Amino acid sequence: MIKPISLLVVMGLLTACDSSPDDSDVKPFASRYAALPSETTLLQGATILTGTGERLDDADVLMQDGKILAVGANLDAGAANVVDANGMWITPGVIDVHSHLGNYPSPSVNAHSDGNELSSPNTAEVWAEHSVWPQDPGFVTALAGGVTTLQILPGSANLFGGRGVTLKNVPGQSVMDMKFPNAPHGLKMACGENPKRFYGSQGRAPSTRMGNVAGYRAAWIAASDYRDKMNAAANGEGEAPIRDLQLETLAGVLNGEILVHNHCYRADEMSVMLEIAKEFGYKVTAFHHGVEAYKIADLLRENDTCAAIWADWYGFKMEAFDGIRENAAILDRADACTIMHSDDDMGIQRLNLESAKVIGAAARVGIDIPPERAIRWISYNAAKALGIEEVTGTLEVGKMADVTIWDGSPFSVYSTAQKVYIDGALIYDRHDPSVNPVTDFTLGTSAQHGGAQ
Amino acid sequence: MSDSIKFLALVVLLIANGVGAQTTAITGATVHTVGPAGTLTNATIIVDGGRITAVGVDIEIPANANRVDATGKIVTPGLFSPLGQLGLSEVGAVAGTNDATQRGDAFTASFDVAEAFNPRSILIAISRVDGITRAGITPRAGAPDSEGNVSHVLSGLGSVVHLGDSPEHFVKRGAVVVANFGETGSGVAGGSRAGAIQILRAALDDARDYARNRAAVERGDWRDYSVSITDLKALQAVLAGNVPLLFNVDRASDISVVLDFVEEYNIRAIVAGGSEAWMVADHLAAAGVPVILNGINNLPGNFDRINARLDSADILVEAGVKVAFGANAQTHNARLLTQTAGISVAYGLTWDQALEAITLAPAEIYGVEKSVGSIEPGKDADFVIWTDDPLELTSYPEQVYIQGTAVSMASRQTLLRDRYLRTDRDKPAAFRNK
Repeated sequence: MIKPISLLVVMGLLTACDSSPDDSDVKPFASRYAALPSETTLLQGATILTGTGERLDDADVLMQDGKILAVGANLDAGAANVVDANGMWITPGVIDVHSHLGNYPSPSVNAHSDGNELSSPNTAEVWAEHSVWPQDPGFVTALAGGVTTLQILPGSANLFGGRGVTLKNVPGQSVMDMKFPNAPHGLKMACGENPKRFYGSQGRAPSTRMGNVAGYRAAWIAASDYRDKMNAAANGEGEAPIRDLQLETLAGVLNGEILVHNHCYRADEMSVMLEIAKEFGYKVTAFHHGVEAYKIADLLRENDTCAAIWADWYGFKMEAFDGIRENAAILDRADACTIMHSDDDMGIQRLNLESAKVIGAAARVGIDIPPERAIRWISYNAAKALGIEEVTGTLEVGKMADVTIWDGSPFSVYSTAQKVYIDGALIYDRHDPSVNPVTDFTLGTSAQHGGAQ
Repeated sequence: MSDSIKFLALVVLLIANGVGAQTTAITGATVHTVGPAGTLTNATIIVDGGRITAVGVDIEIPANANRVDATGKIVTPGLFSPLGQLGLSEVGAVAGTNDATQRGDAFTASFDVAEAFNPRSILIAISRVDGITRAGITPRAGAPDSEGNVSHVLSGLGSVVHLGDSPEHFVKRGAVVVANFGETGSGVAGGSRAGAIQILRAALDDARDYARNRAAVERGDWRDYSVSITDLKALQAVLAGNVPLLFNVDRASDISVVLDFVEEYNIRAIVAGGSEAWMVADHLAAAGVPVILNGINNLPGNFDRINARLDSADILVEAGVKVAFGANAQTHNARLLTQTAGISVAYGLTWDQALEAITLAPAEIYGVEKSVGSIEPGKDADFVIWTDDPLELTSYPEQVYIQGTAVSMASRQTLLRDRYLRTDRDKPAAFRNK
């Protein structure tokens, strides 16, 4: 059997593994992810939600060399290992665009509190990956919830919180072992109450929402200037400025290499943030925690900006006062890019059920959301917001074999993930704990023996 | 319109809303009584005067009854949220809207959140349209305030309320006294959980001493006490075994200490949180101490919860421990009870056990099972008509009844929903008022 890794390199989809020393010089902290050993596997006879909006009944998924080789009815098993998935449901591996696993890990003690660099309202220079503790037991419980890919973001105390990192949900000795190959960085920005509360209480700017906006604009002015000077120097016009990590991140956004993930609750503030993006020529890839996104569903669609939201969180602070369970249903009806996210080590274990709550709320007002549509909220749409939709997020031929098998509809409260594959490798099996990873921290606790799962 | 016609119109209106003594018959549903009658198909529930007068198959429907056809629907008892701050909190981060935490030296055990209960809180309607009809409202420990005032090992008195419209909201006042052990108790006791137990011990010893020497105390001819006289009075019901101490506690060793403590003082206790309760399940069962379990907590959020697991409800119930689901942090989303119960079924509980854990079990834990918790003749008519399996999140209540009244199915959230579901765009949303 061809080792998956070499095939991936041949296909040019994965450059980080086996990268030459030259490459790592150019790209510090590059991915060292290497797919786990896999065998050619046929998942047979399931209900399949492909993530493309399709549902296939009594169909199969064939995985080979870490990729999806075929999806359809009556596939030829050939020499493949056959998994009887009769009565099961198969979906793309779940993707969470907003997690703090690793940078706010369990146990949540002060020594582990590494998500907010609380020293300045603009810390675009920090990278969330440098805070990720790979031994967070939450990675494994998320895996038991079918999660194969997740973005770890800095917290929301700052206007610019820093870079987010997208991970494959695999164990690693360092974060580099987990980094999703070639995924773009995110930039965490935050609107509203958090930055103004934290800095305002210290008698510093920003202490108001208008102070927030002035802070964003001042930073983008500096970043535009930095980018222009860098570009000019590259064209032999003038000297390049001294490298500045903060401006480098912001210039990366202006150049379209880094995707903006903007924590923003209120509809009016999201509208303002879209204006700032227009002023400085960048795109807001996704608003996170947009509890009022339903009020501006059309505007979000027109801007091709995703709304990453909870099913039912509301009322924990003023800017969350207008949260409603139909948020995603109203967005989805308007064809805005809708994503269910967690921001939570419990929620990430059940993004399927977060979606189910929206389906129920929608049914209450006569909106029918079929499972093949809802699954996109936690697969394709999430992959799109992370800039990895070409390689994962759907069950399509040639994509990474990131796959979750459920023992019923993923939107039933009684269903659980049975098997999870990442790049075709079985990494979680509910009925065979010997397959499953155990973090160092978990050793000797009940979770080691399946308790936490 | 003459006055008499106006009056008749009012009566008709009241009847239509299920208010008053009009008899109502809910017919045709599958009724999960959570009582001795078990589950009945094509059953009828008769409601009269706010109470259930009969439930069964092929029972006679009074000729004057207002009939509600629930054919094909599922009926359960109203859901009971045993922990949290419904009516005591509006916006989590807006301090002035939160009334569940007492700080400073004034009071501890006697602090009574019932005085702060607001039945018009938007959270009440939001919760009841998803099936919650009763709630335990409980004080809690909190971080010190800006002046450095700290909260207490004894947080105060919790009560049981109904979420209906009748003005008598308290089903049981002063139903529990909340106590904090484990890391929370340590934090408010000065740095050790041992100190938390010592504070409890001193308070109970003082309460006993006060009862024996009341006259001398009132003359001012007695020693000082660790807490105020008001608190010592509140603790008498605890010493008498009439009011349980509700302990927020997760670690197995801490739960063992609690069980020894309540045995020593011959008092009653409830374990709330209970992440590691499964490890001492037999001891809990032998002591007859029930658990209000945070049923989805399966990560070691702190070192008290290192051995948290998703199947703990099943282990506890199997051992004979009474289990209800609830969490202090679930005030705004108290409605997540059905999700927790559904997940517990995926992790070993039977469906009936899971339903009991969000209906009858919390009623029994609070000692109000004679009036609520199941669909039985003589009990208050609190029940929910569901479109489908109530534990499935894709299902929802079609109508909620509290004390025989079909309550409004509108909330602030349904108003927002209805405004933004509309697609007329000729004027701003502010004009979509109907």
